[in-house]
Amino acid sequence: MTSVSIIGGSGYGGGEALRLLLDHPKVEVKQVTSRSHMGEFVYQTHPNLRKRTQLKFSDPSQLESVDVLFLAQPHGQAQHHIDQYTKLATKIVDLAADFRLRDAAVYEKWYGEKHAMPEWLNKFVYGLPELHRAELAAANYVSGVGCNATASNLALLPLVKADLIDKNAPIIIEIKVGSSEGGAEGNSASHHPERASVIRTFSPFGHRHTAEVMQELGVTNVSLTMTSVDLVRGVLATAHANVKSGVTTKDLWKAYRAAANENPFVRVVKEQRGIYRVPEPKILAGSNYADLGFDLDESNGHVVSMCAIDNLMKGAAGTAVQCMNLMMGWDETLGLEFAGLHPI
Amino acid sequence: MSTVTCPECAAEVTLDAGTEVGEIIVCPDCGVDLEITALEPAAVQLAPMEQEDWGE
Repeated sequence: MTSVSIIGGSGYGGGEALRLLLDHPKVEVKQVTSRSHMGEFVYQTHPNLRKRTQLKFSDPSQLESVDVLFLAQPHGQAQHHIDQYTKLATKIVDLAADFRLRDAAVYEKWYGEKHAMPEWLNKFVYGLPELHRAELAAANYVSGVGCNATASNLALLPLVKADLIDKNAPIIIEIKVGSSEGGAEGNSASHHPERASVIRTFSPFGHRHTAEVMQELGVTNVSLTMTSVDLVRGVLATAHANVKSGVTTKDLWKAYRAAANENPFVRVVKEQRGIYRVPEPKILAGSNYADLGFDLDESNGHVVSMCAIDNLMKGAAGTAVQCMNLMMGWDETLGLEFAGLHPI
Repeated sequence: MSTVTCPECAAEVTLDAGTEVGEIIVCPDCGVDLEITALEPAAVQLAPMEQEDWGE
């Protein structure tokens, strides 16, 4: 068995990674650390894991060497300890934003502070298999992905890869997000009476995840508009762009079908009957699927591309485990086969 | 085994053995109804689908 540990396991991302790793057929979870919950059973924080493990949260300073180390701390911590972590494990998967961007100046622009270890930025591979599958198979250090960036990148992937859209025209991505994106630490805006039933556009533009879309897809004229909705899990990205002259709906079908054929967790949802005719995050809770849909107004070239994911799965822990599978040379779907629930 | 191309989404659709002219099949990719109009060679056309209120 391959040994794994999770640093910072009391948050939602760490808890989701633990849920997946406990059931993974090729790994054994050795330690889960948390300063604030040290000594407590992990199921006291992640109650869905009751009777699945007797692990207790460990002291981060008592971490032992393992084969793969998952970093699930709040953003900004891993970069200060990366030298220490690489002495404990040859392979590292970071769920936070510390090593997602390749350019230290771009990092400073979007995160408002200098990176503590800029020399490490180019040692990490951006952890989205749909974009970097071959590099991940050879990588020792893999970054996390932003959940909103992932929904955006996958919504645009078929269009960009097949060179179907005008990259100079504005690309507007409207993103609806669930409350778990905010993490396990609450604030006044996440207080239930304030958060319940909202449709709250909290970031019209300038969200940090925009930098990941620019970096990964090579688009510069792109805006992400973030709106909180009344979900716990889930992201729906709705991207608006313009196709190049002459592009038809059948060209789009070809591109989206190719994306689904090349990527085991990408599905095309563009149905003519039933209730779920377009991507919806509701039925993806707990699954690693990314559902893509699209439509094209052929009269003016306006294309709408949608991607629904579970932010904690395809947008965080699910993709991190998928990356581990690729890094270890295993089937990338291992431990990630859960299809989701319906009804839910 | 005969295949046809969906006129809606260009999917390659494989016809089951015993498929008959006039039969309605469903495109597995986009879900439209397709009417078999010929078998040698196989051909299809979009079949009318009942419009329904959906989604709101």
